Amino acid sequence: MKINGKCVRLGDHINTDLIISGKYKYRTQDIKELAKYVFEDLDPKLKERLYGGSIIVAQKNFGCGSSREQAPRVLKAAGVNAVIAESFARIFFRNAINVGLPVIISEKKFIEMIKDNEPLTIDLSSGKVYALETGLEANIKPYPEFMLKIVEAGGIAEYFRNHKMFPWETKL
Amino acid sequence: MSTLVEKILAKSSGKNSVSAGEFVLADVDVVFAHDGTALLAIESMQEIGIEKVFDKDKVVFFIDHASPSPSPQISNIHSAMRKFAKKHGIRLYDAGSGICHQVLPEEGYVKPGSVVVGADSHTVTHGAFNAFATGVGSTDAAIAMITGKLWFMVPESVKIVVEGEFKDMIMSKDLVLHVLGEVKADGLTYKSVEYHGSCIDGLSVDSRMTIANMAVEMGAKCCPMELNSVTEEWLKERVGDFKPVKADKDAKYTDELYVDASKLEPLVAAPSNVDNVKSVREVEGTEVDQVFIGSCTNGRLEDIEIASRILDGKNVKTRCIVIPASRKVYYEALNKGLIDKLVRAGCIVGFPTCGPCIGAHMGLLGDGEVAISTSNRNFIGRMGSSSSKIYLSSPATAAASALEGKIVDPRKYGENL
Ligand code: SF4
Repeated sequence: MKINGKCVRLGDHINTDLIISGKYKYRTQDIKELAKYVFEDLDPKLKERLYGGSIIVAQKNFGCGSSREQAPRVLKAAGVNAVIAESFARIFFRNAINVGLPVIISEKKFIEMIKDNEPLTIDLSSGKVYALETGLEANIKPYPEFMLKIVEAGGIAEYFRNHKMFPWETKL
Repeated sequence: MSTLVEKILAKSSGKNSVSAGEFVLADVDVVFAHDGTALLAIESMQEIGIEKVFDKDKVVFFIDHASPSPSPQISNIHSAMRKFAKKHGIRLYDAGSGICHQVLPEEGYVKPGSVVVGADSHTVTHGAFNAFATGVGSTDAAIAMITGKLWFMVPESVKIVVEGEFKDMIMSKDLVLHVLGEVKADGLTYKSVEYHGSCIDGLSVDSRMTIANMAVEMGAKCCPMELNSVTEEWLKERVGDFKPVKADKDAKYTDELYVDASKLEPLVAAPSNVDNVKSVREVEGTEVDQVFIGSCTNGRLEDIEIASRILDGKNVKTRCIVIPASRKVYYEALNKGLIDKLVRAGCIVGFPTCGPCIGAHMGLLGDGEVAISTSNRNFIGRMGSSSSKIYLSSPATAAASALEGKIVDPRKYGENL
């Protein structure tokens, strides 16, 4: 499975309140509507850069904070095809996998050298990520098999609807 | 040679032993969601295509985040939750019952050695009762509600040993802020954190819950604690028989941290990151527009008790909102005359709810306003305007600050108590 998108660089500790503020979560349940407020407290202009297929490249602890699953759903709805970071907060990581937003752990050195706006390609099968302008490539942390199945299906609900069982029901 | 989390996850996944890094499929003993997450969990069930719960007695809903409802949209969320709960025969704690993390253990849902899954990041709080308790998103909650099982990676464990006793006006919040300042906001990502030592053994149930509550602020997956005698007594009244779990003496920890509780001073997490920890001395005199004493971190009886002791017979200088974490805490505070003292001092005492902690209702901050809050997060915009600022502190520091309208060291109010 290959994922393409333009790099949008972000820093450390991008928390779920910054991704989608708790105030909006109660205003509407519609994810597309919520996506209008993505990153509003961080930089209201950021959302325009996400549309049409982007890959967020962040540093440490991406997605820390609350358990709100709206966060990865909103990113997906806003046009984010994947998030690459040095590390993720664990609830966000699980939520992203569940909703079919690929979250990818890669090396700090690589992340620091990628240019803002440059096109990236992630190859989940070979476990590589390529930065097409700087010509860099790096390894990504491989998923356990059941997680890869979820991501490839586009989320756990899709997987279940296709297979009538959860991926771990055969073997974890 | 197992840690607490390894023991609990081994038992719940039907194995003799498991070790860090392994994936397990664990039986879930209780799963819950609240008005910020339940609707999405119901929708996830619908997306998956199965709308049934595995055991109606093990699924619980709470209306606590924006309750009673401040808007028609939120009322609709609450109605949908009530409808679902009724249809499936599950227990729903409606507006006014209190915050999920306070009500769940009070109502006897949390047993030592059990697996507690909540669609809320502060589910780690229930580690105070010797459980494996962790927060998940709505889809994971949906899967747990449908199947009664969830996969987990067995986390590595870190040990924090706290010896000695707190000095006057020092609270478990100061301890946990100190640890947070040391390990930082992502210092324990994916880890299980175990607190040990004579200080922890001597703590009240309320104080233990505060410590476990903030484990997620360090990125931790869970914070299972060994029981002490007060917690055992507390549980006996609520859950009947149980078997406490202890870590093996030769259990493997990836890191250890020692803290001398007697050396702690009042601390705050300054804006706008939880690990921006400073001593109260460094920020003393900072003017505050609002004080909030409440939340699942510090809305319990001992928190309200210390606030009312500090405020007794005096007057607050700034608006001060006090919110008991549950109806039970509320009437205990009422019976003890604490609410009376708070109201006389000029506090706004609310009904049990998350309140301003999440910025959904009751006391949102305006542009540029500054608050000192006993809750657990000070992120940008958390309590209202994105230009407002939040300092996190203990209830003692918050109450003392309410008296002067600026951040002050609570120890100056210690002697007269
Ligand atoms: S009190 Fe605050 S942190 Fe606790 S559950 Fe409610 S919103 Fe979350």
